[in-house]
Amino acid sequence: MNTPRFAPGDVVSVRADHPPGHVRTPYFIRGREGVVQSVLGAFENPEELAYGRRNGEEKPLYRVTFTQADVWPRYDGPANDTLVVDIYEHWLEPRS
Amino acid sequence: MSPHDDHPHSHDEPHPFQPDIEDGPITPRMVMAQAVEELLIEKGIFTADEMRAQIEMMDTREPAIGGRMVAKAWLDPAYKELLMRDVNAASLEIGIDAGGIPIRAIENTPDVHNVVVCTLCSCYPRGLLGFPPDWYKSRAYRSRTVYEPRKVLEEFGLTLPDGVEVRVHDSTADMRYMVIPMRPDGTDGWSEEQLASTVSRDSLIGVSVAKTN
Repeated sequence: MNTPRFAPGDVVSVRADHPPGHVRTPYFIRGREGVVQSVLGAFENPEELAYGRRNGEEKPLYRVTFTQADVWPRYDGPANDTLVVDIYEHWLEPRS
Repeated sequence: MSPHDDHPHSHDEPHPFQPDIEDGPITPRMVMAQAVEELLIEKGIFTADEMRAQIEMMDTREPAIGGRMVAKAWLDPAYKELLMRDVNAASLEIGIDAGGIPIRAIENTPDVHNVVVCTLCSCYPRGLLGFPPDWYKSRAYRSRTVYEPRKVLEEFGLTLPDGVEVRVHDSTADMRYMVIPMRPDGTDGWSEEQLASTVSRDSLIGVSVAKTN
C-alpha cells in the first residue's frame, strides 16, 4: 500500500512541470508553496485512467491550502484569503 | 379595435421558425457519444432501459436534497457530525444514494466563507444535487473564481467583509464538495422544513448564503 509521504501541516511545493496529456493539477499552482490540510486517501491516478490504463496503482491524494497572495502576485483581497486544491502525491515535493 | 391589434407580426406571416434540438449541427463528438452508447448496449454492458432509468434517477436529484440535509444538521448535532464526516452516508440516512464519488461538506463560519469551483472541468456533487447550473461550467466562473473570488461573489450579490476569510475550493480530483451555509438569524423555533427552504442551490455552492426571504 501507499503510505502517505506527507502529513497535515507539512509545507509542500507543487512540481513546476508541464507534461503533456490529461493532468489534474491546475497550472496556476505549479511551483507554488502550500500547506497540507488533510490526507484524503489513495485513488487511482487519473492521468493514467484518462488513457484507459488501469494498473491498480493508487496515489495518495491531499487537500493543500495556498495563500491567495502567494498564488496571484496581484491578488487584491485580504491577506488571509486562501485557495484549497486537491493534489495527488506525485505532484508534491517537500519544501526545498 | 380588436384585442390583437398590438401583435408585432401580421397573421399572414408564419411564426418565426423555432428549431428542434435535432436541427443543430451534428458534431463529431456527438457522433462518438452516440457510437459509444450503442456499443455499450450492443455488448451487453448495460441495457437501454438501464441507461434510461439512470438518466431518470439523475433527474430526481436536486438542490432541495442538500437543503434538507443542511436543515437536519442545524437541528440535530449527531446528524451534523455524520454530515461533516461523510456526506454520502448522511444522504443515505435520508434515503438518497448519492453514488460512489465521495462528497465532503465544508462548513461556513462567522470567520470563513467557502466557495466551490472546478477550474479544470465541471466537477459537482451531481449524485446529490443534480446537474450544475450553466454558469458553474462557464469559463468565466471557472477562471475568475480562483483569482478574484470577492469580485465574483459581489456579482452574485454577496459582499463579504475583509475580516471574513474567503476560502476557494478547487474540486480537481476524486472529491466533490458541498458548502454548509450558516443558519440564518431569526429562525429560532423553525421546523426542519422551514429551515430547508432557506437553503438555496447557490448557497450550497457558496456564491450565496442561506436566507429567510
